Amino acid sequence: MNIVLCENLSISFDKMPVLKNLSFTVDEGDYLCIVGENGSGKSTLIKCLLGLKTPDCGHIITEKSLFNHIGYLPQQTTIQRDFPATVYEVVLSGFLNSLNHRLFFSKKDKKKACEMLELFNISNIKNRCYRTLSGGQQQRVLLARAMCSTTRLLLLDEPVTGLDPLATADFYSVMREINRKHGITVIMVSHSLNAAVSEANKILHLGEDCSYFFGSTAEYTASDFGKRFLGGEKNG
Amino acid sequence: MADIINAFLSYSFLRNALIVGILVSLCAALLGVSLVLKRYSMIGDGLSHVSFGASAIALSLNLAPLYVAIPVVVNSKINGDSAIALISTSAVAIGVIIVSMTKGMSTDISNYMFGSILVMTRLDVVLSVVLSIIVLILYILFYNRIFAITFDESFAKATGTNTWFFNSLLAVLTAVTIVIGMRMMGAMLISSLVIFPALSALRLCRGFRSVIILSAVFSVVAFIVGIVVSFVLDAPTGATVVISNLIVFMISYIVGRICEHH
Repeated sequence: MNIVLCENLSISFDKMPVLKNLSFTVDEGDYLCIVGENGSGKSTLIKCLLGLKTPDCGHIITEKSLFNHIGYLPQQTTIQRDFPATVYEVVLSGFLNSLNHRLFFSKKDKKKACEMLELFNISNIKNRCYRTLSGGQQQRVLLARAMCSTTRLLLLDEPVTGLDPLATADFYSVMREINRKHGITVIMVSHSLNAAVSEANKILHLGEDCSYFFGSTAEYTASDFGKRFLGGEKNG
Repeated sequence: MADIINAFLSYSFLRNALIVGILVSLCAALLGVSLVLKRYSMIGDGLSHVSFGASAIALSLNLAPLYVAIPVVVNSKINGDSAIALISTSAVAIGVIIVSMTKGMSTDISNYMFGSILVMTRLDVVLSVVLSIIVLILYILFYNRIFAITFDESFAKATGTNTWFFNSLLAVLTAVTIVIGMRMMGAMLISSLVIFPALSALRLCRGFRSVIILSAVFSVVAFIVGIVVSFVLDAPTGATVVISNLIVFMISYIVGRICEHH
């Protein structure tokens, strides 16, 4: 079942077209990696998927129930690195989208936030200050927060940037579990082609001059697009 | 001690100063945490200078300064280091010229620059109390949203929060607080009320809520100590409150460093 359907999408950034006639679909339970060079329009596409930017033409169809209910993990900002907030406060803020016109979080929200802390194995650092955590722990906290705002679709923007290899491997295994065990659909923007090929079941590669590839991972590795980039990476 | 309490109770100008000061300190401390964390500390400073300019224009036209200063300050969109420097110095320059042309460089200008607890009229007091209470209520009601936009604006936006609205709300509340507090603290010194308590609390706390609460406590305590000391020593109130905030900051800094090492 389609959870996201993009048809003939054209998007520009600062009046420069970055994506043209892009079509792809994401099914329930998919793990889609979006790869491509800097400036290929990955972040702009994410903004469109979140409804923060309107495409020039074409449309994105998501289910109504997903509106404002996408779990989003943005790139970390410098402000966050020294922010005084406990892990619990950060995770609880994930319920912002279910507040609607209420002003404060309910007991149910608070209970579910604790369940998320359990799920990501961070209950023991519930009252620790966010800024004192390691990069890997911080990413787990933000992931728990993202999971508070969704039950179905996670959108991750370069989540492993700045993580050491161990934390990166750990992060991918957590994502695998969320995707397979909990059936959450994942869309991840990534820099690493190799990780994308080994983790995802679908690849969207945004290339130069608005060219792109979309298909399953197997199709990608067999395609010219995939061979060129994967081959290049191996030789380099 | 009894004499001091007696004085504060019997002189209406002291009582007024105490009420307005406590409320303004409270508002400034709450808003200050978000401003400092979002790296907007200098906006408070810029706003107070613009407020000075607006007040000078109001005085020359025989209008109540608060009425002119609040709309002007609320509508001024200041962002970025250099823009703040540009706008704030220009506003002060205009203010100084207007005051010197209309009334001469009298005590008025000194009052506005460095504050005075004698200048507040009854209307000022009532207006200050009402506005401060509105600031406090709005802050408490929107606490969760303010946390979200301070910590992670893109996440808040993606989950359907109107970040533009809440950023503007923060800016408006800050502008109002600064204009109210400026009469007492002075245009040059008011921004300390926004920045100091937040910085002190940041040295000691781990959570956002605890930072907010401690910042509010520090701010009110520092203000009360400041105004009492200024009364006893016959020193300028605004400056004394700033020094008292500075001492709180230094103590927090030292305590923070000690705790880090243990």
